[in-house]
Amino acid sequence: MATITIPTALRQYSAGQSQVELEAGTVGALLRGLVETYPDLGRHLFNEQGKLRNFVNVYVGDEDIRYLEGEATELQSNDTVSIIPAIAGGKS
Amino acid sequence: MAQDVTLSNEEIRRYSRHLIMPEVGMEGQRRLKQGRALLIGTGGLGSPLALYLAAAGVGHIGLVDFDVVDESNLQRQIVHGTSTVGMPKIESAKRRLQDLNPHIDISVYEAQVTSDNALDLMRPYDVIVDGTDNFPTRYLTNDAAVLLGKPNVYGSIFRFEGQATVFYPKEGGPCYRCLYPEPPPPGLVPSCAEGGVLGVLPGVIGTIQATEVIKLLTGIGEPLIGRLMLYDALGMRFRELKLRRNPECPICGEQPTITELIDYDAFCGILPDEVNVLESQYEITPRELAALLDHTDRPFLLDVRNSYEADIATIPGTDRLIPVDQLVNYMNQLDSAREMVVYCRSGVRSANAVNMLKGAGFRKVKNLVGGVLRWSDDIDPSMPKY
Repeated sequence: MATITIPTALRQYSAGQSQVELEAGTVGALLRGLVETYPDLGRHLFNEQGKLRNFVNVYVGDEDIRYLEGEATELQSNDTVSIIPAIAGGKS
Repeated sequence: MAQDVTLSNEEIRRYSRHLIMPEVGMEGQRRLKQGRALLIGTGGLGSPLALYLAAAGVGHIGLVDFDVVDESNLQRQIVHGTSTVGMPKIESAKRRLQDLNPHIDISVYEAQVTSDNALDLMRPYDVIVDGTDNFPTRYLTNDAAVLLGKPNVYGSIFRFEGQATVFYPKEGGPCYRCLYPEPPPPGLVPSCAEGGVLGVLPGVIGTIQATEVIKLLTGIGEPLIGRLMLYDALGMRFRELKLRRNPECPICGEQPTITELIDYDAFCGILPDEVNVLESQYEITPRELAALLDHTDRPFLLDVRNSYEADIATIPGTDRLIPVDQLVNYMNQLDSAREMVVYCRSGVRSANAVNMLKGAGFRKVKNLVGGVLRWSDDIDPSMPKY
């Protein structure tokens, strides 16, 4: 089972869950499994063409999947996958 | 580097807890005195930043902001105070910082950072500190710092979570565009004004930024370059992710395509105001609505805020609450034949909702201009503003 952490900004679309455990062989399968469970997350993670959005970064452990195999990155059990979206707050 | 700067006896007394540490010492304190840091934003992040940098003896601090102090800022913007509500933030901050440390110079710029002024504003400084609150200014700050070859000490917060890092391509590190090549479309990621923020959160992230500024200016320690620090206040966890420089980055990559500052509102998909404005037949003022609500054939009143906002204040006679990001799922339950008025806190989310409803074929739908805030001003002053 891989664990996926959901950031605060997206928890309103995951029924408030901050961590979800799913069985999946790759990062892509894990994210699609997550969206199956929480359909509202879909448009925040994927664009109309079904590709991962450019302002959503996904990490396996401490490494960006862009520098691994992208969505094809294979997962070991006990891997932690993190979604790190762009946030902008700070001044107002 | 710091040879020509001296410390007075008074300064030596003030900074003695720095001076007795060999890692800082007289040399480090002189470097701080000679150092120049520009803080973009004097709000949540800028407050602890400005206070600690001034206290530490950073000799030249620049403050850029165009806002005035509001009561709702004081829950977290600790450089300001009740006595400075209504004052420009830069003036309020300068007053407090000069009281904290009269030995430093503070330059203030009452302006919004734009593509026209960013390079000139930043050029005299050693370190740029990003404490802004929106994507266009973050990309602008990044690009200007990259073009000038200066480090950009980045911090960002949302609700209970924060991020911090140092972008410094000149020293081999990545930039903000390596981390996020594209901004999210407007409206998809809520701002702190819409989403809220735990007051102490910017204290933690701003203090991390201040630490990095002091390290960069003194040249001590291991800077937060190439690492993204994540902080989760609710779980009380810090995590660190690797940040890599993108060789194809349009500004700091091997073949940059951005060689000057661009139109950042357009880059972030923000349209000029006139395009966002609804035609007048799709708008209604609080006074017009109040008059209609007394009638038996009154319009259906839809609140598109979140339920916890409705707990603070609700317009009497509200028929239904559907948060704007859920609206698409519940639109088919609404009656397009009946007159409908949509409202939120300030009228922005409800304008988006009206546009969505128009797109779905609703014609008798109006946006309550100014939302709950203007309802409180015009109709019911006892309604709290938040």
